[in-house]
Amino acid sequence: MNREILISVDHVFRYYGGDCAVNDVSFTVHRGEVLGFLGPNGAGKSTTMQMICGVLSPSAGQITVAGHDMLDSPRAAKQHIGFLPEQPPLYQDLNVDEYLCYAARLRGIKKAELKDAVTYSKQRCGLDETGKRLIKNLSKGYKQRVGIAQAIIHSPAVVIMDEPTSGLDPNQILEIRELISELGNDHSVILSTHILPEVQSVCDRVLIIHQGRLVLDESLDKLQQDDQIRPLKIALRQPPPLEVLGEIEGVVNIEQTGNHHFKIHCQSGIGTINRITKLAVESEWELYEIIPEQDSLEETFVQLTRGEISE
Amino acid sequence: MKTISHIATHELKRLFISPLAWILFAVVQFLLAIFFLLILGQFVDPAAASLFANYGVTEIVVVGLLQIAGIILLLITPFVTMHTFSEERQSGSIKLLLSSPVSITELVLGKYLGVVSYLFLLLGLIALMPLSLLMGTELDLLQLLAALIGLVLLTSSFAAIGIFVSSLTSQSAVAAIGTFGILFVLWIMNMVGNTGTELFREILTYGSLLNHYHHLLDGIFNSADVIYYLLVSSLFIILSIWRLDNERLY
Repeated sequence: MNREILISVDHVFRYYGGDCAVNDVSFTVHRGEVLGFLGPNGAGKSTTMQMICGVLSPSAGQITVAGHDMLDSPRAAKQHIGFLPEQPPLYQDLNVDEYLCYAARLRGIKKAELKDAVTYSKQRCGLDETGKRLIKNLSKGYKQRVGIAQAIIHSPAVVIMDEPTSGLDPNQILEIRELISELGNDHSVILSTHILPEVQSVCDRVLIIHQGRLVLDESLDKLQQDDQIRPLKIALRQPPPLEVLGEIEGVVNIEQTGNHHFKIHCQSGIGTINRITKLAVESEWELYEIIPEQDSLEETFVQLTRGEISE
Repeated sequence: MKTISHIATHELKRLFISPLAWILFAVVQFLLAIFFLLILGQFVDPAAASLFANYGVTEIVVVGLLQIAGIILLLITPFVTMHTFSEERQSGSIKLLLSSPVSITELVLGKYLGVVSYLFLLLGLIALMPLSLLMGTELDLLQLLAALIGLVLLTSSFAAIGIFVSSLTSQSAVAAIGTFGILFVLWIMNMVGNTGTELFREILTYGSLLNHYHHLLDGIFNSADVIYYLLVSSLFIILSIWRLDNERLY
């Protein structure tokens, strides 16, 4: 990839007292990339994001944003960052316009450009009508939008969002996802979430972090390509011996999970499934369930984040 | 520099949006008005005339009033400063500040300026009371000026201490009570000194916030007193900056 590197995280550690929250994490983000940051609760996602934004300092390691070191020249580095923490950093007693103006001023937007910046970011986040409303009176979804508006007001190169869709209703989630995809066109986006379909719908690349360590850094396309073998759950009322099923062309591995239930790992593609169903009908196995099990990302996620990491 | 003024304006604006700022204005004016009336009443009472024979109206009424104003400011400053960092931390909005291209120094100075501007407005209102005496009598304006400078310096150091305590906790109430405790100890420190050795007493008396204010109230403009207050303010501002800087590490 020859695109410009906007964020580089280099062997970063972070300790809270004696606990290691982030353990030797390194990755880079390129311009225009949407990066999904996955991990179970307490894996170190928020800590990593806060370190990239300069809210926390790493205990060891280096973070550079757009070529500026976060420790040596924080001002230059933070200029390129828009951050939406897990809880939107709002002032409840201000109205949306006042709040966005302040956020813009903090980010160094000049007075002449202030109005345009506020209008533009309100428009992008669907806040046109809410400018004069007090933030504390807004619904959760709108507060989240104000949070996003604040993060993009200075058109930063990188927008970092910590669980931007948590606590929203399904419609709002869709809208926010659309917004994120849109942002991905001209900003780099890092977004943490524990909703896997979200990553699949908006991200180009996936990072999985588990117990403070980076366990996966892969592009989504690659992940889906890798997935030659898909698990399939079937249930038969009159099951044949296991070997019979194993001999079907395309079946790689088979295990019995219950009296009538089987888990089959088979080559992807419709062929194998067709053969199984056809054979089931011909041999009167009484097939009553056939479920392609879990999507690839979920499978990967579960595999990588189950259990302890051995030292 | 610009960032500092943005933060200061924002702080001031948020103070005035909340009812707290207005209620403090009202309560302080009300309390001081009562004291003003009492002291003035005593001063003009013919029966007590012999008591004040050697003193003028400035020394009795103005100084008396401003002395009480100092105590009232000690009581209310914690309520003005308690929000500065505690609330930001509690609501998470501090992350907006920390992820913005703003240095901690600018942040603390901005907050400090915002709070101090509010308190100075309050002082302006307080100053109107003794000034109203000009309608009926002559005042020692220079002594009044020295006393007001003293009050300004005193309030500035209160605010710095309050901001520091607020930077230590995420609970406003804790910040307020903590600030109050520290201010009160610094205020009455010289009383404790009565029991100790000469040196101990000297140090405690010199360290007391009250002591230096008294000089200025008496119209003695001693640069050492002024520097004392400036040092106290700077010390606590620097401590707040350190504290917030370190917070990112631990």
